[in-house]
Amino acid sequence: MSEPVSFLTRAETLLGTDEARAVDRGMRRMSASREAVMAELPWSEELRDRARSIRLHALSHLDRLLAQFADQITERGGRVHFASDAAEANDIVASILSSASARLVAKSKSMVSEEIELNRHLEAQGMEVVETDLGEYIAQLAGDTPSHIIAPVLHLTREDVGQLFAEKLGVPYTDDPIALNQVARERLREVFLTADAGVSGVNTAVAETGSLVIVTNEGNGRLITTAPRVHIALMGMERIVRSWEDASLILEVLARSATGQRLSVYTNVITGPRREGDPDGPEELHVVIVDNGRSDILGGPTAEILACIRCGACLNICPVFRTVGGHAYGTVYSGPVGSVVTPGLHGMDPWWDLPYASTLCGACEEVCPVRIRIPSMLLKLREVAASEGRLPGWLEKGMARYAKVAAHPSRWARAKRWAHRLSVLVSSRGWIRRIPGPARGWTRYRDFPRPVKQSFTEWWRSTRGS
Amino acid sequence: MERPQVQLLVTCLVDALAPQVGRAALAVLESVGCGVSYPEGQTCCGQPAFNVGLTEEAKRMAAHTLEVLDATEGPVVVPSGSCTEMIVHQYPALFAGTEREEQALRVSSRTRELTQFLVDDLDSGITASCGGCSVAYHHSCHGLRGLGLRDQAERLLRDVDRMPLEGAEECCGFGGLFAVEMPSVSAAIMDEKLDRVEASGADTLIGSDISCLIHLQGGLRRRGSDIEVRHIAELLAPPGT
Repeated sequence: MSEPVSFLTRAETLLGTDEARAVDRGMRRMSASREAVMAELPWSEELRDRARSIRLHALSHLDRLLAQFADQITERGGRVHFASDAAEANDIVASILSSASARLVAKSKSMVSEEIELNRHLEAQGMEVVETDLGEYIAQLAGDTPSHIIAPVLHLTREDVGQLFAEKLGVPYTDDPIALNQVARERLREVFLTADAGVSGVNTAVAETGSLVIVTNEGNGRLITTAPRVHIALMGMERIVRSWEDASLILEVLARSATGQRLSVYTNVITGPRREGDPDGPEELHVVIVDNGRSDILGGPTAEILACIRCGACLNICPVFRTVGGHAYGTVYSGPVGSVVTPGLHGMDPWWDLPYASTLCGACEEVCPVRIRIPSMLLKLREVAASEGRLPGWLEKGMARYAKVAAHPSRWARAKRWAHRLSVLVSSRGWIRRIPGPARGWTRYRDFPRPVKQSFTEWWRSTRGS
Repeated sequence: MERPQVQLLVTCLVDALAPQVGRAALAVLESVGCGVSYPEGQTCCGQPAFNVGLTEEAKRMAAHTLEVLDATEGPVVVPSGSCTEMIVHQYPALFAGTEREEQALRVSSRTRELTQFLVDDLDSGITASCGGCSVAYHHSCHGLRGLGLRDQAERLLRDVDRMPLEGAEECCGFGGLFAVEMPSVSAAIMDEKLDRVEASGADTLIGSDISCLIHLQGGLRRRGSDIEVRHIAELLAPPGT
């Protein structure tokens, strides 16, 4: 087994840091907003049931819906491209941009672009790419990666941002969010006006009309999809729904679950490129539909994860995510959903340990607006990992022995007696302060009770036994 | 009302590490008028193997547990939401489509967590007492979210001096073998929980799952805290058990 950097190694560099504390605060705030705004709706449970069935319907009719979607876009003068993997998606985008002689590319938030590392690819071809979502802009300036799918720089404080702006943009230091926002606004305004092309993500695609729905809170999505000559929208192939009725319901649960808003500030609907008589809009509209491992997920035991609407509620509520933050996951999609998606998209190697980065507390499933059964999918992936022999030897062998013993009550009784006897070596007054061997991690942080002399079973037998 | 004869499944952790909880569960059940049998062949439900993905090992233990329980009759009562959840939800899934499926469904439909049994099934009216202690209650995740148990403990604890515990429904960081495989992360989550337990002003921490409680108690001991940790059964049992 190769030993690349594991979740635990990354997590341990983050534990107890300012970054982790900032994440915990932010996550609690976002979870509280979500809860408050969901509680406004007496029918929120029904809403989630419907959202789930809408998404599952889309997944089971993906081929038909995508074909319909593509036809609709083509009919309206847009172009549709299918990319089977990251390399193909990057090449498609790069070639569209170079045919349009684009030099400056303005981007709004797109997780797929992070997934395929589009910026790196375009920059290698000499293009300048500027993130226009404020969080992404900050991450880009900092040379940092987003740590949360909705709140990319949640791990930074405003003081961090103030220092970054002073250093990179040459403005006087301030940690006033409004002033910082103003700085970014001025810088980005120029990008909006001069960019040759805009690259966006897609929150929901509507098959019946070939429409793209993009939600933002900053209006940058609207600017980069209307001002530049060319608009390229990147979407995962699962991000589609049947109808407008379905899309509007998804938007409602998305905003509430993601940021605790009733609706995002801007909801952009794009149906085709600029038409004659339109005051603005791009001359060219390209939609790149990306597979990049999704078909494999669709055919496997975790297919349901593709119903995800990328709200991030499961990250916000997850005790593990809150404690270590998104960077511990080492990949674009973090938290509970990411621990299912990432091994699905990129393979178990080296991502097999992400499904183990969970206490299986079930909070993610409880808040998921589409009720994805995340814990049971984590368990399925653990089963895959174990069957591929990825578990440490002590655990695999130890568990095999434990199971063998547990299947025979007499051996079980003997094992308990031995556990009690042997533990005398490490116990003091009924507690163990240091377990030797592979379970030593337990006692690095906590005491462990000494196995008792008389188990309950033996007590029962001696007092009540038949 | 005629009280049923129940089968007590104490769980492997109670059996080997906290037998007083088993005795308390037994005493509670008898105090509300149930007859209690103890299927002596019981060992471990298999959850530790199941949760790390070792399905064959999990099935082996689950099959054994099914054999032991299926030879008995009446409700199977378990002082653990986690093991109950394993039997109720995971057993039928583990054996779906196999010749054990029927058996798994039969046993799972008889299996109840202790507080669930006392409140929902018996409507026993029993309440906990603690002799003047002040109590913080930690909801364990598998009981809470896996079985939907929330009000049951609240009802049982209505007569004790309750201290509000911030984040009482948040995970304590135990997570089974997670606590051993990712001990630093587990302990960081635990620390936040213990800070809140200490801030609650309670002198006793109560839960209904000994697994989480062992983890929390072990952590409190490391802090040198004198907060006591007890299973809810111990507060429900008649004095002197």
